[in-house]
Amino acid sequence: MIRIFSNINVDWMGKRKIFIFVSIAILLAGLISAIGRQAAEGGTDAFNLGVDFRGGTVVTVKFKEKPSTDEIRSALQAVGIGDAIIQDSIDKKDEVLIKVPALGRREECPNFDEAGRCFVERALNSFGKEAEPTLSLDQDAEARYKIVGTEVVGPVAGAQLRDQAIAATLLGLLGILLYIAYNYDWTYAAGAVIAVFHDVLVTLAFFSVFQWEINLTVVAAFLTLVGYSVNDSIVIFDRIRENTTLHRGESIYKLTNDSINQTMSRTIITNAMVFLSVLALVLFGGEVLRSFSLALLVGAVTGTYSTIAIASPIAIWWQSIIGVAEMEQPKKESEKLASAARTSGVRRTVLR
Amino acid sequence: MAVRRKKSNLWTRTIISLAVVFVGLYMVFGPPRDQFSASSFTWEGIKKNLSENINLGLDLRGGSHLVMRVKVEEYLKALTDNYRQAAFEAAKNAGLSVTDVTEVVEDNKYSFTLIFSDPSQKDTIIEEVTKKVDLENPVAPWNVSSTDTTITWSLPIQSQKALARQATEQALKIIESRINAFGVKEPTLQVIGSEESGRLLLQMPGVEDPERVKKLISAESKLELMKVVSPPYPSPVQTYATKEEALASIGGRETLSRKVFPYTEREDNVSSSDNKEKKPPRFVVVETPAVIDGSEIRDAAAVSRTGMQGDYQIIFSLKPTGAQKFGEWTERNINNYMAVRLNDEVKSIAYIKSKITDSGEITGRFTKESAEDLALTLRSGALPAPIEYQEERTVGPSLGADSIRAGVSASIGGLIFVISFMLFYYRGAGVNAVIALLLNLLLTMAAVVFFDATLTLPGIAGLILGIGMAVDSNVLIFERIREELLAGKTISESVDLGFDRAFVTIIDTHVTTIISAVILYIYGTGAIRGFAVTLILGLLINLFSAVYVSKTIFMWLLEKRPNMQRLSI
Repeated sequence: MIRIFSNINVDWMGKRKIFIFVSIAILLAGLISAIGRQAAEGGTDAFNLGVDFRGGTVVTVKFKEKPSTDEIRSALQAVGIGDAIIQDSIDKKDEVLIKVPALGRREECPNFDEAGRCFVERALNSFGKEAEPTLSLDQDAEARYKIVGTEVVGPVAGAQLRDQAIAATLLGLLGILLYIAYNYDWTYAAGAVIAVFHDVLVTLAFFSVFQWEINLTVVAAFLTLVGYSVNDSIVIFDRIRENTTLHRGESIYKLTNDSINQTMSRTIITNAMVFLSVLALVLFGGEVLRSFSLALLVGAVTGTYSTIAIASPIAIWWQSIIGVAEMEQPKKESEKLASAARTSGVRRTVLR
Repeated sequence: MAVRRKKSNLWTRTIISLAVVFVGLYMVFGPPRDQFSASSFTWEGIKKNLSENINLGLDLRGGSHLVMRVKVEEYLKALTDNYRQAAFEAAKNAGLSVTDVTEVVEDNKYSFTLIFSDPSQKDTIIEEVTKKVDLENPVAPWNVSSTDTTITWSLPIQSQKALARQATEQALKIIESRINAFGVKEPTLQVIGSEESGRLLLQMPGVEDPERVKKLISAESKLELMKVVSPPYPSPVQTYATKEEALASIGGRETLSRKVFPYTEREDNVSSSDNKEKKPPRFVVVETPAVIDGSEIRDAAAVSRTGMQGDYQIIFSLKPTGAQKFGEWTERNINNYMAVRLNDEVKSIAYIKSKITDSGEITGRFTKESAEDLALTLRSGALPAPIEYQEERTVGPSLGADSIRAGVSASIGGLIFVISFMLFYYRGAGVNAVIALLLNLLLTMAAVVFFDATLTLPGIAGLILGIGMAVDSNVLIFERIREELLAGKTISESVDLGFDRAFVTIIDTHVTTIISAVILYIYGTGAIRGFAVTLILGLLINLFSAVYVSKTIFMWLLEKRPNMQRLSI
């Protein structure tokens, strides 16, 4: 058999301060980006909300020879619109509906109300001239296309959907919290749920810092990463629970490290596969799915990281506060006996 | 003995596994219900079955794109009409000297004028009218101006816009509830243009009968119960052969309290009887305002006494407030005739036998379909104004055909990578994992077909998470078996222990995820639900494909080569 990761022996819990520092640094970067962008003069919003959430303009264009959706998308990208929705009209073959997000006032298109149309015009002029306003497309021999309609549209998924997604997810987490608390312990339940919050916030931080567009598909990606994050935490907790019954007398601190190390090959294999599959989606999945796949990519990494760096330390830290575990590396053999004697009367957590 | 039991156990497992695989294959690739034919099993037929079995959402397949407009001017006109009537009644009932009321309704002007004879009563009239009629609504106040013998209320542009916005929002909600009740899956509905223009854009994935949906959306369904002007039962209800005759009976023209409507006696609903020969309608005179209108309806349903097509009627029940009003009114009007008016037509007339409180019916020989649609629109409430369709087209997927192609090829690439890795890393056992993975994919799709769910991108995200957890389950099991082997256990012990121990973990990870997905399903809508559905199905199936089937394959292996020295894992 091929074994890539065997006999790992790392003191993960001893590195918790570094981990927490890294997490806080990323979260702070996200916070500064979010607040900074809103506060700065002429700044953008905290997040780059897509046309699903922000609304925009639907421009209906009639072509003499319709370019492919790909070509239209790259023409739009060339004028700085990365997140347009391009819908072919199937019954009117020569027409395309292009939905661009509400754009702020920019130099190229100073008139706010006409900005959507203006940007689309600028992009499509790379295919040729637009028909004169007074002429139809067929009458104007030189023209390649004509904008036959513009409509301002509201958001498809308003604040309501966002709030609902958040509320439903929070309720779902409450369910998870209760299940883990029932099957393991409150300390582990708290660790897993805090790790989920951590993962969502870290991913949001990436979205704010890099201004990746948040659209409806990203909501689905966030729901997915919540699932991954909890799954990872449970796998390790389950191993801790098993080890606690197998090795009575060992400190929770050591058992946690051991459990993480024992499951490390599974952690790496599973998550590497997820990571690489999602990476394929990021690299080759196309522009529209990019935000979706980026969210999954960040989520896959942070989901694994948070299990080791957040969920387990929090569980032990809480146990040390209530006095059933030690927050430090166990002492040398001679001291350990004394320490064991001291804690022997205390109920061991994670026993079922 | 023990061996025999084990063996029969193995056979049971094998038969169950194969049966489920067969059912899954048939659900996904077989012909849809009642479309069974020999050609369903050719290559072309299977491709066709697949595309018919799996409903794709707007983002993946596209659908109808409908631009409609709520005729807000009709709404304002009706409002002006109502207020004019109510203002006149209010002043008259207060014993004031009003003689007439006129109204102006033309482009962007909505006003009505009360004419009275005693100039000293002016302030009292204004006071009485505003007490009864909502003319000082903070959102949309009316302007008031006056001369010695007239008072005019007019609706300023600002208020018109506010009311138009209100009507648009209300129409949006009603249309939304109608399309949801009809079962259109994952539509998008949004206001386009300025809100007061009343324009809405509806996109919905392929529906079987778009014309029926269009009709359903635009059905006004304005229902009113009104008293018929007629001598009481037992004399027959007073109807007239022509509109002129009916008008003549009330002095030549409709007044504030008397209106004439056509009454089509015992005729099929208009929508489905165009080809039948129709009886000419008769006309009846009714009293306005109506006793009860559609806003008081709590529930409505289509029922049939005989179950025959074309013999359906609507029964409806009223909200408590309406029921009380209706009860009092029917008690006072026993033996009088009551008309059920739907839109601009009286649908049925009945005499009041006794006090009726909270329910009523609309007879009229509806077809099943038209009765169900009508009941549905009555439940959703009446549209504030009629709707007109402005643009209609079929559109491609909202994610764009190009990105879907890219996404599909990238996902297939990812899948191939995962499969190759599992085969490379786990060798023989990798085959188990691959079977489990493909089986999970197949059975989740079969479940999606079975529940007639619509697959959208969030749904596919749920599917991916499910597949990811399927792979993870196998990795957990295999790593565990390896650990046991390294600890020196025999092969068959290691397999058993590996499955048993990993099963505990798998159950915990699956149950937690299912709990949160169920909550997402209960409290979420649209996109969120789509995600939850495929995830829940995928995880339940996983317990079967990754644990049950995979173990069965291992059992076969051990059964065939009991003296195996090395397990390929």
